[in-house]
Amino acid sequence: MVASSTLLPQPSRWIRVAIWVLILAVLVAAPSVLPVFRLNLLGRFLSLAIAALGIDLIWGFTGILSLGQGVFFALGGYAVAMFLQLNTSAAAGMLPEFFRLYGVSSLPFFWEPFRSPVFTLIALWLVPALVAAVLGYLVFRNRIKGVYFSILTQAALLVFFNFFNGQQKLINGTNGLPTDTTVLFGQQVGSEPVQRVLFWITGLLLILSWFFVRWVVRGRFGDVLIAIRDDEPRIRFTGFNPVVFKTIVFAIAGALAGISGALFTVQSGIVTPQFMSVPFSIEMVIWVAVGGRGTLLGAIFGAVLINYGKSLVSEALPQSWLFIQGALFILVVTALPQGILGWFFAGGFRNLLVRAGLARPLATYPSLELDGQEEVRL
Amino acid sequence: MTLLFETLFNGLAIGSVLLIAALGLAIVFGLMGVINLAHGELIMLGAYTTYVVQLIFRLPFLAPFYDAYVLVALVAAFVVSGIVGVLLERTVIRRLYGSPLETLLATWGVSLILQQFVRSVPLASAAGLVLTLLLALLGPAVLPGQWLAGPRGRFTRAGVWAGAALVGVLAAASLGSLVPSLSRANPRNVDVTAPAWMRGSIELAGLTLPVPRLVIIVITVVAVLGITWFLARSVWGMRIRAVTQNRPMSDCLGIPTETVDVLTFGVGSGLAGVAGVAVSLLGSVGPNVGASYIVGCFMVVVLGGVGNLLGTVIASLAIGVMTDLIGAGRLLTAWPGMPPSIAAVVDFFATTSMAQVLIFSLIVVFLQFRPSGLFPQKGRLVEA
Repeated sequence: MVASSTLLPQPSRWIRVAIWVLILAVLVAAPSVLPVFRLNLLGRFLSLAIAALGIDLIWGFTGILSLGQGVFFALGGYAVAMFLQLNTSAAAGMLPEFFRLYGVSSLPFFWEPFRSPVFTLIALWLVPALVAAVLGYLVFRNRIKGVYFSILTQAALLVFFNFFNGQQKLINGTNGLPTDTTVLFGQQVGSEPVQRVLFWITGLLLILSWFFVRWVVRGRFGDVLIAIRDDEPRIRFTGFNPVVFKTIVFAIAGALAGISGALFTVQSGIVTPQFMSVPFSIEMVIWVAVGGRGTLLGAIFGAVLINYGKSLVSEALPQSWLFIQGALFILVVTALPQGILGWFFAGGFRNLLVRAGLARPLATYPSLELDGQEEVRL
Repeated sequence: MTLLFETLFNGLAIGSVLLIAALGLAIVFGLMGVINLAHGELIMLGAYTTYVVQLIFRLPFLAPFYDAYVLVALVAAFVVSGIVGVLLERTVIRRLYGSPLETLLATWGVSLILQQFVRSVPLASAAGLVLTLLLALLGPAVLPGQWLAGPRGRFTRAGVWAGAALVGVLAAASLGSLVPSLSRANPRNVDVTAPAWMRGSIELAGLTLPVPRLVIIVITVVAVLGITWFLARSVWGMRIRAVTQNRPMSDCLGIPTETVDVLTFGVGSGLAGVAGVAVSLLGSVGPNVGASYIVGCFMVVVLGGVGNLLGTVIASLAIGVMTDLIGAGRLLTAWPGMPPSIAAVVDFFATTSMAQVLIFSLIVVFLQFRPSGLFPQKGRLVEA
């Protein structure tokens, strides 16, 4: 793992500018070009990219592989769905509809604060962050790491899934909380104008998260994270406490997943315990792996690419998606550990041209390529 | 008193399923440090093997031996899952030794492929494919060495593969024509019918003991004893342990470490197949049957401590008893007069899934005090 990503890719300036122009063009043009169905899909993928940024932060930069990001994703989704449900039913002076099905007459206590929009906007990232911080602290404190951490996060995922799945009377269990029929500012959330606005919000938040994560991984804090990834005992012996750093970074990733989940929920129209299914959380990891871990743009790119591919393949050949996805996992891990963008930034494309005889090889000594690239770019 | 025995028996029954499912994982993870997320799918393959074997034993000329099909299924499942495991080790995992997180992702990919494979490939063809692999992998070991040496060796190997493929295709075709239901892809769940002697239950000291559960307990006990003997007493077991302790030194002393890797992984995967037979006796068999066990298996291994079979045994039995104790709400039965507030809490967790919630939380709490499980490995490594 160390060898595959110590060499941080360093794209040339023009490539970066080109990528940015492309991203902005997509964000600006999409709402007026795409039909609302496709726009909605793209909006969902962009919101998933925020969760991917969080995973890149903890996995690509800190070396913590979490298979339980779905927990935080779903918590964010539930926060916003609870608010919307209450907001809609409060207008009629009643409890949300599903409570009546189970004969619940008074609102469970933890629903109360979600009447407030301000509280919801804070809770949708703070609650996941706190859960992540507590869980992370308890695990990191004991120096449980690597695969053990991954397994424990997967177990935690299952715990949360079972809990949410089984509690009909508290949060509507398996059925989840629909949001598309709820009302916000007098408009149905599932309606076209609201969805267009949500697309903009998603795009904006994605860019903000990208800047935020970039700010985190640059500078001294980011240096410590990378050092933890590459040699944790050594950073401990140097006098740093990795537990603090890992907990903070895991909490940040949790918060990002929460935001992502909230945006995804309002755009897909429902939040269900399926958001916490085991395959979905592992899928999130593969977005980052395919895009290129350790490169933030790679995480965004991977999330959008894989999900878009998934929706295309599922429309055409529903049966083949699992084969393709499985093969992707194996291929990326064995043949392309840096991911697509990582490979590209590391000069992979040029090397390919060189091999095909279309470009002249650069005359450098291998160690020159390694020197001076420790700095985090992108 | 009856309550105690009932809890113990149920706990033993739940725990033995967990144990047989986790046993292979404990070996692969404990001895090789490989996280195999496709372990659940190897269990699933074992369960499907049971199904196929059962259908074959329905055929007229094998019908008199129908009662014994479970024994044949045990062997067949071990071989099928073992072969797939060996193939997995040779093609994917071997490239990823030393990078456990990458192994984890790659094996997850394998598990997705296997799940979709049993959905969209007819079981008869799958059986033929496994037979081909078995013959092709065993072939070179059986043939005289001189045939494989030199320039002729390449032709011999190609011939072995061609022959194996031919046999596989023939087997698939004949199986498909003998048992028509196997010649079509079937994405739905299938049911394994237990032979007559395995249905019903035995009354013992006021307890009702379902026979399938007893059979699973017996299978588990035999498997645990067998694997313990294998690792502790046999020559290859000794080699496996040697490689686990010090790979370079074992290599220097002439132990074929690559063969040891294949063998360890093969045995671990084969045990997953045996677990599949047990699982198929409990409920219907589907592509996702293994996935539901995998997290529980990992919990057993983490709780028991890595590389320690005794820990695995104790951890799975403890989880089994706890599941029954909490999930069936037995505390309420044992202590009917408990205060309503406690009773409400006990009642809240008295379903199987909520019991899982509580038990996993308890395991995380437990790991706060014993981070490396019940029986930690002793060592002075900084990465311990």
